[in-house]
Amino acid sequence: MEWFRIRRDIPFMRHALIFNVISLVTFLAAVGSLATRGLNLGVDFTGGTVMEIAYAQAADLGRIRESMARLGFSEASVQNFGTSRDVLIRLPLKQGVTSAKLSEQVMQELRKDDPTVEMRRVEFVGPQVGKELLENGALALLFVSIGIVLYLWLRFEWKFGVAAIIANLHDTVIIVGFFSIFQWEFSLPVLAAVLAILGYSVNESVVVFDRVREVFRNRKMRHLSVPQVIDHAITATMSRTMITHGSTQIMVCAMLIFGGETLFYFALALTIGILFGIYSSVLVASPIVMYLGVSREDLVRPETEKKAGETGAVV
Amino acid sequence: MNRYPLWKYILIAATLVLGILYTLPNFFGEVPAVQVSPLRATLKADAALMGRVEDILKKGGFTPGGISLDATGVKTRFADTDTQIKAKDLLQGELGEDYIVALNLLSNNPGWLTAIGALPMYLGLDLRGGVHFLLQVDLKAAIAKKMEALANDIRGNLREKRIQYGGVARDGQTVTVRFRDAAARDKGLAEIARTMPDVALTTQDDAAEFRIIATLKPEAQRRSRDFALQQNITTLRNRVNELGVAEPIIQQAGADRVVVQLPGVQDTAKAKDILGRTATLEVRMVAEEHMDAATLQAAAAGQVPFGDELYIERGGAPILVRKQVVLTGDRINDAQPGFDSQTGEPAVHINLDGAGARIFQQVTRENVGKRMAILLFEKGKGEVVTAPVIRTEIGGGRVQISGRMTTQEAQDVALLLRAGALAAPMEIIEERTVGPSLGAENIRIGFQSTWYGFATIAVFMISYYLLFGVFSIVALASNVLFLVALLSMLQATLTLPGMAGIALTIGMAIDANVLINERVREELRAGITPQAAIHAGYDRAWGTILDSNITTLIAGIFLFLLGSGPVKGFAVVLCLGILTSIYSAVVVSRAMVNLYYGGRRRLDRVSIGQVWKPATQGKP
Repeated sequence: MEWFRIRRDIPFMRHALIFNVISLVTFLAAVGSLATRGLNLGVDFTGGTVMEIAYAQAADLGRIRESMARLGFSEASVQNFGTSRDVLIRLPLKQGVTSAKLSEQVMQELRKDDPTVEMRRVEFVGPQVGKELLENGALALLFVSIGIVLYLWLRFEWKFGVAAIIANLHDTVIIVGFFSIFQWEFSLPVLAAVLAILGYSVNESVVVFDRVREVFRNRKMRHLSVPQVIDHAITATMSRTMITHGSTQIMVCAMLIFGGETLFYFALALTIGILFGIYSSVLVASPIVMYLGVSREDLVRPETEKKAGETGAVV
Repeated sequence: MNRYPLWKYILIAATLVLGILYTLPNFFGEVPAVQVSPLRATLKADAALMGRVEDILKKGGFTPGGISLDATGVKTRFADTDTQIKAKDLLQGELGEDYIVALNLLSNNPGWLTAIGALPMYLGLDLRGGVHFLLQVDLKAAIAKKMEALANDIRGNLREKRIQYGGVARDGQTVTVRFRDAAARDKGLAEIARTMPDVALTTQDDAAEFRIIATLKPEAQRRSRDFALQQNITTLRNRVNELGVAEPIIQQAGADRVVVQLPGVQDTAKAKDILGRTATLEVRMVAEEHMDAATLQAAAAGQVPFGDELYIERGGAPILVRKQVVLTGDRINDAQPGFDSQTGEPAVHINLDGAGARIFQQVTRENVGKRMAILLFEKGKGEVVTAPVIRTEIGGGRVQISGRMTTQEAQDVALLLRAGALAAPMEIIEERTVGPSLGAENIRIGFQSTWYGFATIAVFMISYYLLFGVFSIVALASNVLFLVALLSMLQATLTLPGMAGIALTIGMAIDANVLINERVREELRAGITPQAAIHAGYDRAWGTILDSNITTLIAGIFLFLLGSGPVKGFAVVLCLGILTSIYSAVVVSRAMVNLYYGGRRRLDRVSIGQVWKPATQGKP
């Protein structure tokens, strides 16, 4: 079985400009959405209380809302969560009320209506903790980016490091942009997924760059121009890229199907990251490297090249 | 060319065996057990207790599956949950209220596995169910309290030395002492500086008044904070023991926070209630006039003299104590074990605050030769911590209790006194509670997604790469094996995102094998001999594999450092998974390929699926 029967190198770089324009447009759309609509931050970051409760039969959301209003939580959000029997109640932070009492109060009130109600999960995050988690998340993003740039600088050359990070941060912004446009809940696991994707999609860039370096060093391909080298590298690694991403996506699909509500947004972030990762790492990182003016000399160290016939000292 | 030296094969086989050994405990399941732990800090879980438990069970007709002793208590296993519950009731009835008897689930590990340190993975709360609290000590309140005590002390001191002052007032975290003239102020300054080394003093003068501003030195503030935190942790530990939770975690988290994790707790309301309470300490006089054998016997039978209460001393002797409270625990600033300055015996040194010192001085002046009892009240029940004889009048608030105690007893008494003394208030700043049903479901979710995903990938890889696909899948399976074994060995916490991390690791690990296989195909396509193609494939792919995995590792490391809770679990799995996948994808799969193909001198073709050669060599 060979699914990638590619006869000649696909001339990607000829269309580099178009790709870059598409990237820019999607990037601006994402940023625009973030600026105007913002993110639907989960309770991990905003602070507040989340309660997941389950009933024996389909839950009556109206009555639950009434109970909440009776307790003074008219701004509580009550929704179904997965099945009609599961309910998610979100309570924003309230000054002066400790969480310990809060969830107990709510459960007592709900039990009056229906004694079969079962508490599955309660999460309370105080304001300081929420702020800290957000700050730490931003810091993590920063450090991972710096770490990756430094590493790629060491292994290849600074142009590759910069190109990889720009492409993959672009990727990250797109994922966060999706969450902003569709107002999906952005919680701590989603942030973890975004960071994992940042590390993962740099893989693609690395594989292509590795191939680029190999082609530059290959004597038989010296006549290729830089765009042609990049085309060859991308084409040659195409099969590997698709198969790997396909496999990772299979695992993530399994999570989407079987993971239930808890892992859903986590898996969704991973999916977007995997799909866009192919695009950004290959078709964004490479043009940037090209624009930054990469050349054979950047990657081929002069001392490894020996002219034929030189056996002794050379002046 | 494609041969591994024998020692490499042996090494790989050894790692595989170790991997299997350390993964095994996860399959043994759990066994119902009962855990007996002492409630009071003064009682110990020791061999004697184990003997008692064994006797009680034997008399009750129970044959426990195994009895063991560890730091937390005595654990006995039973065949099923019915027997477990009956045994728990029996033990609780027999041992009384000094011990907590809790239901517990212990892993069913055979002894030899436990002996080599192989344990099942440590499941996080979202997989086990339970309660997680993050508490923050209200430092401002703690320091404010200390400053209040300081203000009282200053008042007392100045009065004693007959230094005239206008007023002493606390404002937030500073204390201001007002004087009418500079001379008095200077005397006051000298006096306070002499008696209170922890205080930083500055003067502030204006037309009408001469003032001293006293604040706590930063080092003293830090000490205050650490002390408050330690005190709270001790108190919390005692509280948590009452809940009868097996394996609670109570730890300091940062400079001013405490993490409390109670796995398996069902009644979270009770847990929160108990965590919020404090114990109280009371100092009362012993009712000397009633301390004769006859009255004591009558009291034990139920006839307690009017105005007295009956308590049991440590050591079991009954003691009658007056109802009137002389001093309460919040007057005690600190209690430390030490040694008597004169006799060198083990002793307990207690620091009282200003008001406490004055009251104490008065009481001791009036009651020389009589006994005083210090009582610790928990859950409304009191226990006599110590009941020393008052030898002389004691002033200055520094009390030493010595005589008839060992160093261990001195430590225990100091601990109890600190537990009762009022700690700095704490508030819950984060809470995560997971019900047990959700915990079991999360495990199921995690397991299913991993399993089905793996199966699908396996089908694909084998049909696409044939034998090399088989090698890749076996390598992938060994990757999961190593990962689970590492997690079990390190006892890292497995959370639901952690299980997702395992699934993700599988998806990412396949990358290395795909790289290798595609490279081998490419070499074959270019016309190189199969043996050379295999060698070239592994060789060329190695650098790429290393680079791409290290970048993901960088992401994983920072996630671990800056993440918290379940996300940290995910980061741990990610990092470990990368390490195991490099090893298994390259070394283990190469070993298999070498075993199968390496020895053949003439290799015509390898089973790597279709090596499609384009009809025209498309070279630009």
